[in-house]
Amino acid sequence: MLLPDPGWKGSIMSELKQTPLHGEHIRLGAKMVEFAGWSMPVQFEGLRPEHLAVRRAVGLFDVSHMGEIWVRGSGSLKTLQWITSNDVSKLRPGEAHYTLLTNPEGGVIDDLIVYCFREGEEYLLCVNASNIDKDYKWVVSNNVGAASIENESDRWAQIAVQGPLAPRLLNDLLDVPMDLPPFRFLERTFQGEPIVIATTGYTGERGCEVFVPKQTAVALWQELLQTGKSYEVAPIGLGARDTLRLEMAYCLYGHELTDQTNPYEAGLGWVVKPHKEFIGKESILRTKELGLKRRLVGFKMVDKGIPRHDYRLCSMEGLEIGWVTSGTHSPSLDEAIGIGYIDASLAKQGTSIGVNIRGRIAKATVVKTPFVHQKGE
Amino acid sequence: MGYNVPEENYYTKDHEWAQVDENVVTIGITEFAQESLGEIVYVELKEEGQKITQMEPFGVVESVKAVSDLFAPISGTIIEVNTTILDNPGILNDDPMNEGWLLRVEMDSEKELASLIRAHDYKKLLEATEEAQKNV
Repeated sequence: MLLPDPGWKGSIMSELKQTPLHGEHIRLGAKMVEFAGWSMPVQFEGLRPEHLAVRRAVGLFDVSHMGEIWVRGSGSLKTLQWITSNDVSKLRPGEAHYTLLTNPEGGVIDDLIVYCFREGEEYLLCVNASNIDKDYKWVVSNNVGAASIENESDRWAQIAVQGPLAPRLLNDLLDVPMDLPPFRFLERTFQGEPIVIATTGYTGERGCEVFVPKQTAVALWQELLQTGKSYEVAPIGLGARDTLRLEMAYCLYGHELTDQTNPYEAGLGWVVKPHKEFIGKESILRTKELGLKRRLVGFKMVDKGIPRHDYRLCSMEGLEIGWVTSGTHSPSLDEAIGIGYIDASLAKQGTSIGVNIRGRIAKATVVKTPFVHQKGE
Repeated sequence: MGYNVPEENYYTKDHEWAQVDENVVTIGITEFAQESLGEIVYVELKEEGQKITQMEPFGVVESVKAVSDLFAPISGTIIEVNTTILDNPGILNDDPMNEGWLLRVEMDSEKELASLIRAHDYKKLLEATEEAQKNV
């Protein structure tokens, strides 16, 4: 059989970037793979136990490969309003929001989170690892406010702490208030270094993503593992990170989002703010007014089989109606689930659709997303 | 290391095993294969009576993360399918060398066995693969 991890088969290993936590992963017995030019842990104990640990208790993720671009100076707000689809003027210091970088054709260059440090003066953009260089160039070339733009991705590590017990662990170790609402952040010091703790994540669970200077990452990781013992904390690989986000039907750039995606089709109309001007706004709104041709939906398999990225979707009459963007066997539900784009006319819950799995048409049903609801604590 | 690699079996470089009993060959995936895949959640195989061809796919195994094609170690006609594993794919993780067998096949030609790997060389292949994996 062909083994599935292209990472350790083909890549030139010496050219892969390593996060500051690389040695910790090796010591914990992680299986490492290539991801966006980085050597990253795909799993530690195993995808399923890791996934369930995050849903039940708390997990630690090394997400140091993510990019950090700072926008500073009096023109920051002007630049960010022009290049992103959400309304940055609404952000107060300590607040963050999900948003998109859009191109003139109305497609998505990247999805990202903007953090407001000083209103109108200082913002942090957290972007996808695979898009750091592209995004940085885009921001610099569309810097209408003449802000100072710095790509500090090489200076920062990032650790995500996610799960129903994450607030307790973060409270114990870093004095984060248990009731800090989502999309807020705090500045703290850890071992004399500034860290940023944000109530954001990619799992649907409570918890934080912690930005930490590279040289302090190992100490923070070890402290989180040590203090987290009483909460059964576990290190989590990229494998479970993907199944966790898929159960929430969160978009992954390159799968649900591309430079051709209209944000409304992707169900991201809530981060498009037509009352302000931004790159691609006209194209995005025109597509919406003409009527969306397709929509991103979730579906569950009725017949046996697992939907996978790029499989075709068809109507029960066999006509092609779309494609799968992501699919897996859900560890929480023990069912095969998928998300994909289909003809807008068929995007209703309960509609029966077919998935072309290696030439066989397997039946599926369109369902409401997220697939899994967070129980909280 | 420490994988169970029975001496009497034949292997492919793609991590299938073949156990030969006169002209009947039992086919499965190796311990290394199941461990690399992780939790196996779905298996799809050709059916009894169908032909399989050496080095061509005869089915797939899927983990949560990925789909992997299964390649036939030899050509022949399927005389029995392990239907138990279709309902309980986890058996492939628990016991890939015994309970987790996939197909019994009536072999077309013994000559094809010559292109398969014996236990000694398969173990060497595993060592080399594991070494490569360490460098990621």
